[in-house]
Amino acid sequence: MARNKEKLVLLLDVGPSMHSVLPEVEKVCSMLVEKKLIFRKNDEVGVVVFGTEETNNDLTKEVGGYDHIVVLEDIKVVDGDLIDTLQKLPRGTVDGDFLDAIVVGMDMLIKKYKDIHKGKKRLCLITNAVHPIKDSLEGTKEDQVETIAAQMTAQGMKMESVVVRGRLSQDANKRIMDENDRLLSIFSKQTLTRTVYVDSPTSLLGALKTRRITPVTVFRGDLELSPDMKIKVWVYKRTQEEKFPTLKKYSEKAPQTNKFATHQVKVDYEYKTVDGASKVVPPEQRIKGYRYGPQVVPISAAEWDAVKFKPEKGVKLLGFTDASNIMRHYYMKDVYLFIAEPGNTRAILSVSAIARAMKEMNKVAILRCVWRQGQQNVVLGVLTPNISQNDKLPDSFYFNVLPFIEDVREYQFPSFNSFPVSWQPNEQQQKAADELVQMLNLAPSGKEEALLPDYTPNPVLERFYRHLELKSKQPDAAVPPLDGTLKRITEPDPELFFENKSVIDALRKHFELKENPKLKKSARRLLREKPSGSNDEDGDADVSDAQAVNSIEKALVVKIEKIGDLTPVQDFEVILSRRDSPEWVGKAIKEMRDKILGLLSDSHEGDNHLIAVECIAALRKGCILEQVSPSPSLCFCATVSAFATAKWPVIAFS
Amino acid sequence: MDLDPEDVFKDEEDGSDNEFFQQSASSKEYVVYLVDASPKMFNTTCPGKDQKDETHFHLAVSCIAESLKTQIISRSYDEVAICFFNTREKKNLQDLNGVFVFNVAEREHLDRPTARLIKEFDCLQESFMREIGSQYGIVPGSRENSLYNALWVAQALLRKGSIKTADKRILLLTNEDDPFGGLLGAAKADMTRTSLQRAKDAQDLGISIELLPLSCPDEEFNVKVFYADLLGLDGEDLVQFMPSAGQKLEDMKDQLRKRMFTRRIIRRITFDITNGLSIQLNTYALIRPAVPGAITWLDSVTNLPLKIERSLICEDTGALIQEPPKRFQPYRNENVKFSMDEISEMKGISTGCLRLLGFKPLSCLKDYHNLRPSTFVYPSDQEVVGSTCIFIALYRSMLRLKRFAVAFYGSSSHPQLVALVAQDEVAKAGVQIEPPGINMIYLPYSDDIRDVEEIFPDTDDDAPRADEDQIQKAAALIKRIDMRDFSVSQFANPETLCSTAGSSSRRR
Repeated sequence: MARNKEKLVLLLDVGPSMHSVLPEVEKVCSMLVEKKLIFRKNDEVGVVVFGTEETNNDLTKEVGGYDHIVVLEDIKVVDGDLIDTLQKLPRGTVDGDFLDAIVVGMDMLIKKYKDIHKGKKRLCLITNAVHPIKDSLEGTKEDQVETIAAQMTAQGMKMESVVVRGRLSQDANKRIMDENDRLLSIFSKQTLTRTVYVDSPTSLLGALKTRRITPVTVFRGDLELSPDMKIKVWVYKRTQEEKFPTLKKYSEKAPQTNKFATHQVKVDYEYKTVDGASKVVPPEQRIKGYRYGPQVVPISAAEWDAVKFKPEKGVKLLGFTDASNIMRHYYMKDVYLFIAEPGNTRAILSVSAIARAMKEMNKVAILRCVWRQGQQNVVLGVLTPNISQNDKLPDSFYFNVLPFIEDVREYQFPSFNSFPVSWQPNEQQQKAADELVQMLNLAPSGKEEALLPDYTPNPVLERFYRHLELKSKQPDAAVPPLDGTLKRITEPDPELFFENKSVIDALRKHFELKENPKLKKSARRLLREKPSGSNDEDGDADVSDAQAVNSIEKALVVKIEKIGDLTPVQDFEVILSRRDSPEWVGKAIKEMRDKILGLLSDSHEGDNHLIAVECIAALRKGCILEQVSPSPSLCFCATVSAFATAKWPVIAFS
Repeated sequence: MDLDPEDVFKDEEDGSDNEFFQQSASSKEYVVYLVDASPKMFNTTCPGKDQKDETHFHLAVSCIAESLKTQIISRSYDEVAICFFNTREKKNLQDLNGVFVFNVAEREHLDRPTARLIKEFDCLQESFMREIGSQYGIVPGSRENSLYNALWVAQALLRKGSIKTADKRILLLTNEDDPFGGLLGAAKADMTRTSLQRAKDAQDLGISIELLPLSCPDEEFNVKVFYADLLGLDGEDLVQFMPSAGQKLEDMKDQLRKRMFTRRIIRRITFDITNGLSIQLNTYALIRPAVPGAITWLDSVTNLPLKIERSLICEDTGALIQEPPKRFQPYRNENVKFSMDEISEMKGISTGCLRLLGFKPLSCLKDYHNLRPSTFVYPSDQEVVGSTCIFIALYRSMLRLKRFAVAFYGSSSHPQLVALVAQDEVAKAGVQIEPPGINMIYLPYSDDIRDVEEIFPDTDDDAPRADEDQIQKAAALIKRIDMRDFSVSQFANPETLCSTAGSSSRRR
C-alpha cells in the first residue's frame, strides 16, 4: 500500500464570488478525506485556501508576495481534525489568484518530498477562475504558466482542476474568463491535468473523485483478429458499481468494561441431515446436487470436472458487423475498456486505425473473450470505437457484454398501431408530447449537460458517508434528509419545470387520466400484491391496510364454525376456506343448504327470498371453487325449485 | 434449502441483487396445456422444410415438449399439466368423456415437470393413436361437449394453490375456430352458452384462458366466430390474436413457442411525468443472464438433501447471538454502529416510482454508460385509463426527435438514474424481433465510473494516431470479415449447454 500513498494538496478558492458554492466545496472535500480515512489511511493531505483577508504561507515569508493565501493544514497523514477544518472553511474577502495558489501548493510538495514519489503527488484546484491573475514581472502570463507547467511535469505532479461556472458565476467578465480558461488549458496540454467545468452544485459533488481505485487489468494479451494477426491489448473495467459498503456485524455480548473486545461476529454454517437426528455432515461427505425439475442430481467434483466447460484463455474476433445490428439495450453488464499495450507504438497505431475505420464505417466488432486461464465461462460482447478527444490519450475501444440465446426472453407485445383509436394520441396530443420532449432539455447547447453520469454522485453513498461522519460525533444522530443538492438527482429540477410551465400545462390539458372504474377494489389490491418483492415499495398506508384486512380475516377464521343468520354468505365462504380439516367443505355446503331451505320455508311473503338467492349464488360459486360433485347441489336445486315455483315464481335457475 | 455456498457467504444485503436476477418461488405459474386431438388436428398439415409436412397435432406437441425442456431448467418451480380433448379414451378425475390427462408415474397431474415427463412425452407421438386415440367429442345428435368437459377438467386441475401466489393459465391449442359448427339450432346455442359459462367461471376464479390458434393453409383461423367470446376479447386484444394465414412451419413454430411464454411482469410501476400526471407502466425482464441451476448440498452417503444452519457467534465471548445484530463501520478510531432500520432508511431515498427529470439527445448516452441488463417497459391501462395514450405520444416523440428521457427510478434496492430509450418495433416474416416499447437503461453514477486518466500510463508525448492510409487498410480488413446478418442470440452459452446436458443425460 505504501507505494500507492497519495500526497495531495487541496487548493480552494474561498473568495467572495465562491461563497455560494462553498457549502458544496466543504462537503466534497470532507467526503474526500473521510473516504481516505476508511480506504486509504496512509494518504497525506494538505489544505491551502486563497482569497482570504490574511496571508500565511512559507513563500510569502521567504520571497514576499503570494498575498491572501493561507495554508490551513500542512501536509500530513489524514485524520479527523482535517475533516473538521474542511467542514468550516473560512469565507474570504478578496478575489484570489489561482496561479499563486498553485505555486504555493507545488512549493509545499517540493519541500516535503523533494523529487521522490513521482506520479503520487497531486494538486487539486477548485475555483471559478473569474478573476484575473496578476501580471508577471518577466514575460507574458502564458510564459509564466508554461514555466510552472514544465516544473510540475519535472516534479512528477498531477493536477485536477474543477472550475465552477455557468449558473454559478453569472455576471463574470467574459474576457477574463476566456483568458483564464486559456491559461488552464496550457496545464491540460502540458501536464497531466484533468480540467472539469461544472455548472451546478450537484455536479461539483460528482466532479471530484472522492475515492481513487487503482485500476487493475482484467486481461493482458492478444486481441486475435485472425490466427496470424494479433494486437497486444490491456483490458480494464471502465465502469464498476460502487456498492453500499458491507458493514460488519456488531456483537454487544462483551462487557462494556472490556477495552480489548473486538465486538466482531463470526458466522458459522453447519450442514445437517434433515432426519430427526440433525447430525452434522463433515465437508468431505457432502456432495453438490443440481436441480433438474423437482429432482436433484448429485454430481461429484470429479464428475463435474469431466463435464465442465474449460475454454482456453484468449480474446478472439468473430467478425465485424453494422452498428445498427446491436441494440443499445442488449448491453448486459458493466463496461470494459480495451487499450493498446502501453509503450507499444505499433499496437497503439493498429488500435487507432481500426477504431477510426470502425467509426467511419459505422461498424462494431463481435468478440469472444476468456479473460483468465481456468475461467469457466466465455463472454460474448461488442467492441465499439472510442476516439480520443485528448491528444495525450491514445484511441481505444469500449467493450460491452452481449446476451446469449438463453438470456433473451422473446416476449411478444402488441404493436402500438394495432391499438384502437381511443388509445392513440391525436394530433394535438402528439404535438404537446413533442413540445415536452424538446423543451424539457437537460443538455441545451452551449451549456453543461445536466445529470451527466460522470459528474453525478450516488446520493445513497453521499448520505451514508455524511451520516457516518455525523454519527461519529453524535452517536444518536438521526439519518439526515437528502439536501437540495442531492435532490436534484432524485427529483425534477423545479427551475427547469417552472421555465417550461406552459408546455407542461398544455400536456396536462391534452391528456386525461382516470382510475379504471371497471377494476374492483379487491382486484386492485390483488394487482398491487402480485409483482414479487414490491411490498417494500408500497406506502405505509397500504401496509397497514393489508394488515388490517389480514387481522380481520384471521379473527373470522378463528371464530366462525356455523353459518349464522346475519351474514350467511360470508360465514359460508369463511368455513369453506378453512383448510385445517377436509370436513369443513362438506359441512359448509350442508349447512348452507339447510340454511337456504330454512330461509325459504320460514319466509313470509318472500321477504327472505333475496337473501336466499344470494345464498344460492354463493353456494354455486363455492361448489365450482371446490369442484364438489354437482349432483347433491342439483337435487337440492330441484327441491328449491319446488319451493320457488310454489311460493315465488320469479326465481329461475340457469 | 437451496443455498448455494457462494451465496451463503455473501453479505445479506447483497440479497437484493438476487431478486433482480432470479425468479422467486412465490411468483409461480400453473399451466394446463389443453390440446385439441380431433381428427382435424391430424389431417391438417403445414408445409415444412424439405417437403416434410407436419400435422398440426405434431406441431403442438413438439412445441410443448420444447417449452417443457426450457421450463425445467429456467422455471422449474412452475407446474404443468397436459390434457388432450376430443380423444377416444378418457382419463380424468371427473370421468368426463373425450378428455385425457397425460401423466407419468411419481407425479401429480399438475406438478413440476420431471425428467420422466419430458422423456415419455417425447415418445407420445408414436403411441398416441394406440393408447389415447383421436375422436370428435362434439357430434350432432349427442349431448356430449368435449370442449366443455376439457375446460371443466383443466379448471379442476388448477384448483391447487392460491391465486395470490400463482398465475393460473389454460393454454388452448386448436385449429378449429368453430367447435360447434356441425350443430344446429337449439343444440348449438345451448352448447355455446354452457361452454362460455364454463370459461367465464374459470376466469372468475382468476384463471386466464389463452388461445394458441393454428391456421389451416387454406383458411385463416377466425377468432371472431366463437373464441373471441370465450376469451372475452375486446377490439384491441383481438388484433394480436390474428395469425397470418398460410404460414411456414418454422414461423408457426416460432410464433407458438413465443406465445407459450407468459410475459411475466416484474413490477408495476408509476411513472411521474409531472406533478399530477402519473401513468402506469409494467416492467419486464427481457434480457437477464440465465443462471445455472441452484446447488443443493446432499449427504453423499444417503443422497438426501442437507439443511444449512447458520449461527452467529460473538468472537469475544463465544456466545450465540439470537437477535439480528447491529452493523458497524470502524471510523476515526471507533466503531460507528448502525441499526438495520437506519441502514434501510439511508437507502430509501425515493418513493419507489419512476420520476421524469428531462430529455437528452441520444448522442449523450455513451457506450460506457451501462452497469446492468436493461428492463423493458410497456404501458398498461389496467389501473389508470389513459396511460397508454400518453406513453405512445412520448414514445413517438422520442423516436422522431432522437432523444431519450432521463428519470430517477427509486427502487428500494437500487435507487438509480435511468435512461428511457424508445425502441421501434422490428418484425421479420411476421415474427416480432424487437417489441415496441421503452428500454430502461441503468446509468452509472460518477462513483461507478473509472478515471481514464488513471488507466492510461503517464507520458509526456502525444499519443500516436493512425494516418489516413492506415485507416483505409483497416477499413479493407473490416470489409473482409463482415457478418452481415449478425443478431444477438445467435449464440448459445457453451457453459450452460455443458452443464445441463450433463445433468439431463444422467437423469434419463
